[in-house]
Amino acid sequence: MKIGVVTFPGSLDDRDAQRAARIAGAEAVALWHGDHDLQDVDAIVLPGGFSYGDYLRCGAIAARSPIMREVIEAANSGMPVLGICNGFQVLVEAHLLPGGLIRNDHGDFVCRDQGLRVENASTAWTSGFEVGQQITIPLKNGEGGFIADAETLARLEGEGLVAFRYTGLNPNGSLNDIAGLTNERGNVVGLMPHPEHAVEAGFGPDTPDAMRSGVDGLTFFTSVLQNTLARA
Amino acid sequence: MPTIVVEVMPKAELLDPAGKAVAGALRREGGHPFSDVRIGKRFELTVDGEVTDAVLAQAQKLADEMLSNSVIEDVVKVTVA
Repeated sequence: MKIGVVTFPGSLDDRDAQRAARIAGAEAVALWHGDHDLQDVDAIVLPGGFSYGDYLRCGAIAARSPIMREVIEAANSGMPVLGICNGFQVLVEAHLLPGGLIRNDHGDFVCRDQGLRVENASTAWTSGFEVGQQITIPLKNGEGGFIADAETLARLEGEGLVAFRYTGLNPNGSLNDIAGLTNERGNVVGLMPHPEHAVEAGFGPDTPDAMRSGVDGLTFFTSVLQNTLARA
Repeated sequence: MPTIVVEVMPKAELLDPAGKAVAGALRREGGHPFSDVRIGKRFELTVDGEVTDAVLAQAQKLADEMLSNSVIEDVVKVTVA
Protein backbone atom coordinates (compact mmCIF):
# COMPACT_ATOMS: atom_id res chain seq x y z
CA MET A 1 0.00 0.00 0.00
CA LYS A 2 1.21 3.50 -0.88
CA ILE A 3 0.65 6.54 1.33
CA GLY A 4 1.42 9.81 -0.43
CA VAL A 5 2.60 12.80 1.61
CA VAL A 6 2.22 16.20 -0.07
CA THR A 7 5.06 18.67 0.40
CA PHE A 8 4.05 22.34 0.12
CA PRO A 9 6.47 25.26 0.35
CA GLY A 10 6.81 25.57 4.14
CA SER A 11 5.75 22.03 5.07
CA LEU A 12 7.76 20.83 8.08
CA ASP A 13 6.47 17.43 9.07
CA ASP A 14 6.33 15.78 5.65
CA ARG A 15 9.38 13.61 6.37
CA ASP A 16 7.99 12.56 9.75
CA ALA A 17 4.68 11.62 8.10
CA GLN A 18 6.54 9.57 5.46
CA ARG A 19 8.47 7.85 8.23
CA ALA A 20 5.27 7.09 10.15
CA ALA A 21 3.78 5.53 7.02
CA ARG A 22 6.88 3.31 6.62
CA ILE A 23 6.90 2.29 10.30
CA ALA A 24 3.25 1.26 9.92
CA GLY A 25 4.27 -0.97 7.01
CA ALA A 26 3.20 1.15 4.04
CA GLU A 27 5.28 2.53 1.22
CA ALA A 28 5.69 6.31 1.58
CA VAL A 29 5.51 8.38 -1.60
CA ALA A 30 6.61 12.01 -1.67
CA LEU A 31 4.08 14.14 -3.59
CA TRP A 32 4.84 17.67 -4.75
CA HIS A 33 2.39 20.58 -4.47
CA GLY A 34 3.17 21.82 -7.96
CA ASP A 35 2.36 18.53 -9.71
CA HIS A 36 -0.94 17.18 -10.93
CA ASP A 37 0.12 13.57 -10.25
CA LEU A 38 -0.93 11.46 -7.24
CA GLN A 39 1.44 8.65 -8.39
CA ASP A 40 -1.13 5.90 -7.81
CA VAL A 41 -1.16 6.28 -4.04
CA ASP A 42 -3.91 4.64 -1.96
CA ALA A 43 -4.08 7.35 0.71
CA ILE A 44 -2.84 10.90 1.19
CA VAL A 45 -1.43 12.84 4.13
CA LEU A 46 -1.36 16.64 4.15
CA PRO A 47 1.39 17.29 6.70
CA GLY A 48 2.01 19.95 9.33
CA GLY A 49 4.09 23.06 8.94
CA PHE A 50 3.57 26.61 7.80
CA SER A 51 2.73 26.37 4.10
CA TYR A 52 3.31 29.70 2.39
CA GLY A 53 4.32 31.18 5.74
CA ASP A 54 0.65 31.15 6.82
CA TYR A 55 0.19 34.13 4.48
CA LEU A 56 -3.40 35.13 3.66
CA ARG A 57 -4.77 32.57 6.17
CA CYS A 58 -3.27 29.30 7.46
CA GLY A 59 -3.57 26.73 4.67
CA ALA A 60 -5.42 29.10 2.31
CA ILE A 61 -2.80 29.29 -0.43
CA ALA A 62 -1.85 25.62 -0.17
CA ALA A 63 -5.55 24.72 -0.57
CA ARG A 64 -5.35 26.33 -4.02
CA SER A 65 -2.08 24.74 -5.11
CA PRO A 66 -2.02 22.59 -8.27
CA ILE A 67 -2.06 19.13 -6.67
CA MET A 68 -5.05 20.01 -4.50
CA ARG A 69 -7.30 19.68 -7.54
CA GLU A 70 -6.42 15.98 -7.67
CA VAL A 71 -6.48 15.62 -3.87
CA ILE A 72 -10.00 17.09 -3.69
CA GLU A 73 -11.17 14.83 -6.53
CA ALA A 74 -9.67 11.77 -4.83
CA ALA A 75 -11.16 12.74 -1.45
CA ASN A 76 -14.59 13.17 -3.03
CA SER A 77 -14.35 9.72 -4.55
CA GLY A 78 -13.47 8.10 -1.24
CA MET A 79 -9.67 8.00 -0.99
CA PRO A 80 -8.46 8.30 2.62
CA VAL A 81 -7.01 11.76 3.27
CA LEU A 82 -5.51 12.81 6.62
CA GLY A 83 -4.75 16.47 7.37
CA ILE A 84 -2.44 17.06 10.31
CA CYS A 85 -2.20 20.56 11.85
CA ASN A 86 -1.47 22.79 8.83
CA GLY A 87 -2.90 19.92 6.77
CA PHE A 88 -6.15 20.21 8.77
CA GLN A 89 -6.16 23.94 8.00
CA VAL A 90 -5.67 23.11 4.29
CA LEU A 91 -8.64 20.66 4.40
CA VAL A 92 -10.83 23.34 5.95
CA GLU A 93 -9.74 25.96 3.42
CA ALA A 94 -10.37 23.44 0.62
CA HIS A 95 -13.92 22.94 2.02
CA LEU A 96 -13.32 19.21 2.52
CA LEU A 97 -14.09 19.75 6.23
CA PRO A 98 -16.30 22.50 7.72
CA GLY A 99 -15.50 25.34 10.12
CA GLY A 100 -12.35 27.36 10.55
CA LEU A 101 -9.19 27.53 12.66
CA ILE A 102 -8.18 30.75 14.34
CA ARG A 103 -5.40 31.95 16.62
CA ASN A 104 -5.27 30.23 20.00
CA ASP A 105 -7.46 32.13 22.45
CA HIS A 106 -4.56 32.73 24.85
CA GLY A 107 -2.44 34.14 22.01
CA ASP A 108 0.55 31.85 22.56
CA PHE A 109 2.02 29.05 20.50
CA VAL A 110 1.46 25.81 22.38
CA CYS A 111 3.74 22.74 22.22
CA ARG A 112 3.05 19.82 24.51
CA ASP A 113 1.91 16.23 24.75
CA GLN A 114 -1.86 16.37 24.50
CA GLY A 115 -4.51 14.00 25.79
CA LEU A 116 -7.32 13.24 23.35
CA ARG A 117 -10.50 11.21 23.51
CA VAL A 118 -11.40 9.24 20.40
CA GLU A 119 -14.98 10.18 19.49
CA ASN A 120 -15.35 8.39 16.16
CA ALA A 121 -13.60 5.06 15.58
CA SER A 122 -15.24 4.22 12.27
CA THR A 123 -13.18 6.41 9.94
CA ALA A 124 -10.47 5.25 7.56
CA TRP A 125 -7.82 6.66 9.92
CA THR A 126 -9.30 5.81 13.35
CA SER A 127 -10.77 2.31 13.01
CA GLY A 128 -7.97 0.81 15.11
CA PHE A 129 -9.12 2.82 18.12
CA GLU A 130 -12.13 2.27 20.39
CA VAL A 131 -14.69 5.03 20.92
CA GLY A 132 -13.84 6.71 24.21
CA GLN A 133 -10.22 5.58 24.10
CA GLN A 134 -7.78 8.09 25.64
CA ILE A 135 -4.63 8.71 23.64
CA THR A 136 -1.69 11.08 23.94
CA ILE A 137 0.08 12.67 20.97
CA PRO A 138 2.01 15.94 20.57
CA LEU A 139 0.20 19.21 19.87
CA LYS A 140 2.07 22.23 18.49
CA ASN A 141 0.29 25.18 16.95
CA GLY A 142 -0.42 28.87 17.14
CA GLU A 143 -3.71 28.84 15.25
CA GLY A 144 -5.56 25.74 16.40
CA GLY A 145 -8.76 27.22 17.74
CA PHE A 146 -11.61 25.42 15.99
CA ILE A 147 -14.70 27.48 15.32
CA ALA A 148 -17.92 27.00 13.38
CA ASP A 149 -21.33 28.64 13.49
CA ALA A 150 -23.93 27.19 15.86
CA GLU A 151 -25.75 25.32 13.09
CA THR A 152 -22.57 23.65 11.77
CA LEU A 153 -21.48 22.77 15.30
CA ALA A 154 -24.85 21.15 16.04
CA ARG A 155 -24.61 19.15 12.81
CA LEU A 156 -21.04 17.99 13.59
CA GLU A 157 -22.12 16.82 17.05
CA GLY A 158 -25.43 15.35 15.89
CA GLU A 159 -23.91 13.35 13.05
CA GLY A 160 -20.90 12.11 15.02
CA LEU A 161 -18.40 13.97 12.86
CA VAL A 162 -16.20 15.02 15.78
CA ALA A 163 -13.30 12.55 15.55
CA PHE A 164 -11.21 13.70 18.53
CA ARG A 165 -11.73 15.92 21.54
CA TYR A 166 -9.12 17.46 23.84
CA THR A 167 -9.17 16.05 27.37
CA GLY A 168 -8.26 18.14 30.39
CA LEU A 169 -7.45 21.79 29.81
CA ASN A 170 -8.57 23.07 26.40
CA PRO A 171 -5.22 24.08 24.82
CA ASN A 172 -6.43 26.63 22.26
CA GLY A 173 -10.04 27.65 22.82
CA SER A 174 -11.52 25.20 20.30
CA LEU A 175 -15.32 25.11 20.53
CA ASN A 176 -16.65 21.97 22.25
CA ASP A 177 -12.98 20.95 22.82
CA ILE A 178 -12.86 19.78 19.20
CA ALA A 179 -9.39 18.55 18.18
CA GLY A 180 -10.30 16.78 14.95
CA LEU A 181 -13.12 16.12 12.50
CA THR A 182 -14.15 13.57 9.91
CA ASN A 183 -16.38 13.97 6.87
CA GLU A 184 -19.65 12.01 6.57
CA ARG A 185 -18.02 9.26 4.55
CA GLY A 186 -15.20 8.81 7.06
CA ASN A 187 -12.39 8.95 4.52
CA VAL A 188 -11.30 12.54 5.23
CA VAL A 189 -9.98 13.24 8.74
CA GLY A 190 -8.28 16.40 9.99
CA LEU A 191 -6.83 17.17 13.41
CA MET A 192 -4.52 19.73 15.00
CA PRO A 193 -2.36 17.31 17.09
CA HIS A 194 0.41 15.31 15.41
CA PRO A 195 0.04 11.52 15.28
CA GLU A 196 3.20 11.21 13.14
CA HIS A 197 5.29 12.35 16.13
CA ALA A 198 4.12 9.42 18.26
CA VAL A 199 4.95 6.32 16.22
CA GLU A 200 8.21 4.97 17.61
CA ALA A 201 9.31 4.21 21.17
CA GLY A 202 12.13 6.54 22.17
CA PHE A 203 10.69 9.49 20.28
CA GLY A 204 7.07 9.76 21.45
CA PRO A 205 5.29 11.29 24.45
CA ASP A 206 6.01 10.00 27.96
CA THR A 207 3.78 7.19 29.22
CA PRO A 208 3.36 5.72 32.72
CA ASP A 209 5.66 2.88 31.58
CA ALA A 210 8.63 4.78 30.22
CA MET A 211 9.73 8.17 29.04
CA ARG A 212 9.09 8.95 25.34
CA SER A 213 7.52 5.53 24.77
CA GLY A 214 4.12 6.69 23.50
CA VAL A 215 3.14 5.36 20.07
CA ASP A 216 -0.59 6.20 20.00
CA GLY A 217 -0.15 7.99 16.67
CA LEU A 218 0.85 4.81 14.88
CA THR A 219 -2.77 3.57 14.97
CA PHE A 220 -3.77 6.28 12.44
CA PHE A 221 -1.41 4.77 9.89
CA THR A 222 -2.04 1.10 10.72
CA SER A 223 -5.80 1.78 10.53
CA VAL A 224 -5.62 3.13 6.99
CA LEU A 225 -3.26 0.32 6.00
CA GLN A 226 -5.60 -2.39 7.30
CA ASN A 227 -8.66 -0.76 5.75
CA THR A 228 -6.97 -0.49 2.37
CA LEU A 229 -5.68 -4.06 2.44
CA ALA A 230 -9.09 -5.32 3.55
CA ARG A 231 -10.69 -3.59 0.57
CA ALA A 232 -8.16 -4.94 -1.94
CA MET B 1 -3.02 51.54 -13.62
CA PRO B 2 -6.15 51.61 -11.45
CA THR B 3 -6.28 49.88 -8.09
CA ILE B 4 -9.17 48.10 -6.39
CA VAL B 5 -9.02 48.02 -2.61
CA VAL B 6 -10.48 45.08 -0.70
CA GLU B 7 -10.81 45.24 3.06
CA VAL B 8 -11.43 42.19 5.22
CA MET B 9 -12.14 42.15 8.96
CA PRO B 10 -12.35 39.27 11.43
CA LYS B 11 -16.00 38.68 12.36
CA ALA B 12 -17.07 40.93 15.22
CA GLU B 13 -17.94 38.06 17.55
CA LEU B 14 -14.55 36.39 17.07
CA LEU B 15 -11.58 36.92 19.25
CA ASP B 16 -9.01 39.17 17.57
CA PRO B 17 -5.85 38.49 19.60
CA ALA B 18 -3.69 40.90 17.58
CA GLY B 19 -6.21 43.71 18.09
CA LYS B 20 -6.50 42.80 21.76
CA ALA B 21 -2.72 43.02 22.22
CA VAL B 22 -2.61 46.47 20.60
CA ALA B 23 -5.61 47.58 22.69
CA GLY B 24 -3.70 46.52 25.79
CA ALA B 25 -0.68 48.59 24.72
CA LEU B 26 -2.97 51.57 24.03
CA ARG B 27 -4.44 51.32 27.51
CA ARG B 28 -0.97 51.39 29.02
CA GLU B 29 -0.11 54.42 26.86
CA GLY B 30 -3.10 56.42 28.17
CA GLY B 31 -3.96 60.04 27.44
CA HIS B 32 -6.36 59.33 24.57
CA PRO B 33 -10.02 58.40 24.09
CA PHE B 34 -9.37 55.13 22.14
CA SER B 35 -10.93 52.23 23.99
CA ASP B 36 -10.53 49.37 21.52
CA VAL B 37 -8.67 48.24 18.41
CA ARG B 38 -9.53 45.61 15.83
CA ILE B 39 -7.10 44.59 13.10
CA GLY B 40 -8.10 43.54 9.60
CA LYS B 41 -6.49 43.23 6.18
CA ARG B 42 -6.30 45.53 3.18
CA PHE B 43 -5.58 44.14 -0.30
CA GLU B 44 -4.70 46.37 -3.24
CA LEU B 45 -5.47 44.75 -6.59
CA THR B 46 -3.71 46.32 -9.55
CA VAL B 47 -5.98 46.24 -12.58
CA ASP B 48 -4.80 45.84 -16.14
CA GLY B 49 -7.14 48.19 -18.00
CA GLU B 50 -10.34 49.90 -17.03
CA VAL B 51 -12.38 49.14 -13.91
CA THR B 52 -15.80 48.22 -15.25
CA ASP B 53 -18.74 46.90 -13.24
CA ALA B 54 -17.80 43.42 -14.42
CA VAL B 55 -14.24 43.84 -13.13
CA LEU B 56 -15.56 45.10 -9.78
CA ALA B 57 -17.87 42.10 -9.63
CA GLN B 58 -14.87 39.82 -10.28
CA ALA B 59 -12.99 41.53 -7.46
CA GLN B 60 -15.97 41.04 -5.14
CA LYS B 61 -16.07 37.33 -6.04
CA LEU B 62 -12.33 37.00 -5.44
CA ALA B 63 -12.72 38.82 -2.13
CA ASP B 64 -15.53 36.49 -1.04
CA GLU B 65 -13.95 33.23 -2.20
CA MET B 66 -10.20 33.64 -1.76
CA LEU B 67 -9.16 36.83 0.01
CA SER B 68 -11.52 36.07 2.90
CA ASN B 69 -12.92 33.00 4.63
CA SER B 70 -16.58 33.60 5.41
CA VAL B 71 -16.40 31.30 8.44
CA ILE B 72 -14.10 33.70 10.24
CA GLU B 73 -14.07 36.99 8.28
CA ASP B 74 -16.27 39.57 6.56
CA VAL B 75 -15.46 41.51 3.39
CA VAL B 76 -16.24 45.08 4.46
CA LYS B 77 -15.19 47.01 1.38
CA VAL B 78 -14.48 46.56 -2.34
CA THR B 79 -13.80 49.93 -3.97
CA VAL B 80 -11.71 51.67 -6.59
CA ALA B 81 -8.85 53.50 -4.90
